[in-house]
Amino acid sequence: MMRCRPFRYHAPRTVAEAAKILRGEGPDAMVLAGGTDVIPNLKRKQFAPRTLVALRRIGELRTASDDGLTLGAATTLDAIARHAALPEAHRAARIAASKVATPQIRNRGTIGGNLCLDTRCTYYDQSAEWRQAIDFCKKAPGPHGTAIETPVEQGICWVAPGSPRCWAVSSTDAAPALIALGAEVTLVSADGERTIPLTDLYADDGMAFLTKKRDELLTAVRLPAAVEGWRSTYWKLRRRGAFDFPILGVGAALKLDAGGTVEAARVVLGAVASRPLPVDTSGLVGGPLSDEAIDAFAAKAAGPAKPLDNTDFTLHWRKRVVRAWVAGALRELRGDDSEEASLLSRSAARIPEPLSV
Amino acid sequence: MSGPVEIAFTVNGEAKTVRAVAMARLLDVLREDLGLTGTKEGCGEGECGACSVFVDGTLVNSCLIPALQAVGTSIETIEGLAKGDALHPVQEAFIAAGGAQCGICTPGMILAAVSYLRDGGDAKEASIREALAGNLCRCTGYMKIVESVARAAAAIAREERTS
Repeated sequence: MMRCRPFRYHAPRTVAEAAKILRGEGPDAMVLAGGTDVIPNLKRKQFAPRTLVALRRIGELRTASDDGLTLGAATTLDAIARHAALPEAHRAARIAASKVATPQIRNRGTIGGNLCLDTRCTYYDQSAEWRQAIDFCKKAPGPHGTAIETPVEQGICWVAPGSPRCWAVSSTDAAPALIALGAEVTLVSADGERTIPLTDLYADDGMAFLTKKRDELLTAVRLPAAVEGWRSTYWKLRRRGAFDFPILGVGAALKLDAGGTVEAARVVLGAVASRPLPVDTSGLVGGPLSDEAIDAFAAKAAGPAKPLDNTDFTLHWRKRVVRAWVAGALRELRGDDSEEASLLSRSAARIPEPLSV
Repeated sequence: MSGPVEIAFTVNGEAKTVRAVAMARLLDVLREDLGLTGTKEGCGEGECGACSVFVDGTLVNSCLIPALQAVGTSIETIEGLAKGDALHPVQEAFIAAGGAQCGICTPGMILAAVSYLRDGGDAKEASIREALAGNLCRCTGYMKIVESVARAAAAIAREERTS
């Protein structure tokens, strides 16, 4: 049975108070939102904060703006999945939230927590004993994890042993969907607040995967006002229909004119890099969503996706399925089948996975 | 604040106070301090749902909740479900349809079903499966569990029609 190591526990009542504590505690503090990812990781000693700063008592983090487009970071994933006030154009947000883990986890887990989700890797998301048996890895090089300001020279990356960096995988479902919707996030520290495009929150590094400073708190997510003609979806690939982190996520949003021509498009891939990966959509804009246009775009989109052998399924299959999944999401936006319906009928995923690894 | 702290909360309608260390989980306090061993520990990582309880009416995994965060809340466990000798319709249905085998997943399964039905869930198989998606069972293959919940949904609907 795994247990957390002792920690100090703070439960401030305001964002200002939380920011002050984070500034004062320095690198020894971690933020605890829903705890659905942090707590298991603490039990596995993937990191060892001396202090946890819990956000539960901060009411302002759970409120939504009157127009429903600004969501407090501690809004639960379940609340977002059921957020009837969100415009239909933003349904990718609801879909992504509803596909995280399980009902119990969504009841507790928050949108801010999912956006700041630790990157994942076969060699990292293991018990301390398991990791000790392989002499640990770069992301958590000691018996009590750490990952808190670890010098990058320390430890090895077991996925790519010759590599100077860590290749842990961005596994948030919310980020690809919300970046596709054009979301912004607000970060607050003792010095004040700043609002940045959500895509700028991420860096392509398994260890330093957030550009958020350690003493900054993600307080809110802001979605743009819905504009006529936009539509969106999120497709999630995983082994089981529940529980699992994504092996691939596709967030897609398009603006079509009355004649079916693409006026604007945002497509973002999840779980194929250490950050959510925006795809260049210039080839899609200005033309119709024909089968040919979709297939050409999907083939190109799969190019930058570089899955490595550190999550579920074989990596060659994961690379190939990107094309099918991107095409499926775009066809849905054209009016074809949803992910679920598509799986039952034509099956975007009917690319057989090789049996041998 | 890493020494034992006092945790006052309501469990199955009764006010309780326990002393626990900061890293104790709600699950530990329920089982070890209060002797409510109906709540099970399966994986301890929030994957299996065996430790499911209601906190302020919301279904959660008690293995993921620091006991400190239970202060001032109202907890409902499997022990609080029956009214005296009268079992809850979901409990009755699990007995009638053979929804339990080894029993480890059963308390969590039943509470997940209760959560679903309190939300107005019906007897549709797909919705039931989705509602139970956070609970693993390694014996039954789920068929009889889903059947149990469908039965309970029908029983509750009948009850509502006649009352």
